[in-house]
Amino acid sequence: MLQLSHVGKRYPSGYEALKAVSFTLAAGEMVFLTGHSGAGKSTLLRLIALIERPTRGQLIVAGRNLQRFPARHIPRYRRDLGVVFQDNRLLFDRTVYDNVALPLLVTGAPPAEIPKRVRAALDKVGLLEKERLSPVVLSGGEQQRVGIARAIVHRPTILLADEPTGNLDPDLSLEILKLFLDFHDHGTTVLIATHDMNLLRVAKKRVLQLDHGELILDTGARA
Amino acid sequence: MIVWARHHRQALAAAIASLLRTPLASLMTVAVIGITLALPTGLHVVLDNLSHLTGGWTREAGEISVFLKPGTSTASAEKLAERLRRESDIAAVQHVTPDQALREFRARPGFGESLKALDTNPLPHLLVVRPVTSLSAESLDPLRQRLAKESAVDQAVLDLAWVQRLQNWLELAGRFAAMLALLLALGVLLIVSNTIRLAVANRRDEIAVTKLVGGTNAYIRRPFLYGGALQGLLGGLLAWLLTLGALWALAGPIGELTRLYQSDFAAHGLPARELLILVGGGTLLGWLGAFIASSVHLSAIEPT
Repeated sequence: MLQLSHVGKRYPSGYEALKAVSFTLAAGEMVFLTGHSGAGKSTLLRLIALIERPTRGQLIVAGRNLQRFPARHIPRYRRDLGVVFQDNRLLFDRTVYDNVALPLLVTGAPPAEIPKRVRAALDKVGLLEKERLSPVVLSGGEQQRVGIARAIVHRPTILLADEPTGNLDPDLSLEILKLFLDFHDHGTTVLIATHDMNLLRVAKKRVLQLDHGELILDTGARA
Repeated sequence: MIVWARHHRQALAAAIASLLRTPLASLMTVAVIGITLALPTGLHVVLDNLSHLTGGWTREAGEISVFLKPGTSTASAEKLAERLRRESDIAAVQHVTPDQALREFRARPGFGESLKALDTNPLPHLLVVRPVTSLSAESLDPLRQRLAKESAVDQAVLDLAWVQRLQNWLELAGRFAAMLALLLALGVLLIVSNTIRLAVANRRDEIAVTKLVGGTNAYIRRPFLYGGALQGLLGGLLAWLLTLGALWALAGPIGELTRLYQSDFAAHGLPARELLILVGGGTLLGWLGAFIASSVHLSAIEPT
């Protein structure tokens, strides 16, 4: 599903965020990406979401080489991804429902199907009764769950999460983790960047550790 | 195709919603566009009416003075006048004999003394030919030339110089109006693109998130294009109403002038063609302004 070989990212300032990182991810696998802050976790996710391009190496996602990926195909590519952000990036001038519906509107899903899928996604994260509210009035954990609902509403093949529990207390973090484990059980490839050791301990999944842009640990797939 | 139509419907709805979300700001933009477009339109209407009015004058002034050769007898002059009266494009012929002309001249102050010095009447027979009113200004000169070729005719004169001069002025004013229209159209373009630039800046987050969930640039841009076109359309409509209002307010004085000139002139309003041009042009300008602004400012928002 995901193949990286000697992927590097050097910014125009000269700062090298990633140095020759190589690993592969099988379809349906769940992986934690960890490391100190500034180790390159976010950069790696940004490369996979094609927000940025690698400066060297080869990055192949679902059979697509992102090195020379034409810009006009990027939107279509991103529809295969679901991305959860640490700051959730919700639109506060819209209701919870409208936030979650956005990926479906963008792809032109049939209008009759949108309410069903939005409610299914909200039901999964336990926020069905809050669909008419503005995200502003929700708690941090609830906002993050809306962000997750938005990331999975279009049934992506790969789910990327950048510090999804970064702003949450331990109990809420485990709740969010349960959601990701559930998606993984349903066959979604999940890649979570986090420095929350508690999550790694509870999930018992494969861990990749980055340090100053280099991959220093790969536990390999675990049951 | 269905998805495409659905996206357009969504974009139109989003554009209307965003116009209604800030009704005062939208109204101001529409008002500025309306006033900007009303200026050249008003000028165009005034010039259009003036050229209609002077068109009437051309016909009134379009008399041809036909001077016959010296020595032509009164009888043959009268015979020529009779023949000309029967021509289809001539409405009337007035025969002024040398004696009549001399009497007229004597009656004018200043001429009397100098004419006394002459022992014979130097004045020729004069036929004042009035063409039918349906004759266009362009065919007046061919008629004059035809009259000049008559064997008894010495000279045929068509005095249109002053009307032509006036029409040249009007043409100059028309060019000026066209240039003004062009400049103001550019102004509308800038107004709309500035409005859209602000709209894009205000919705930075929304645009970034839409890009991240796979929205194409065309999808993101569409509501802005509809917004610009909609504002242009409403501005064009407002310009039409403003010009109509101005015409209505001027109807009194124009009627007064018309009576003074004793013409059958009636002020022309704005026919459907002008409404179409205003609304269509406004829409096009709004769309174009939005297109330019969104092209420039959308690409600046990360991610690409």
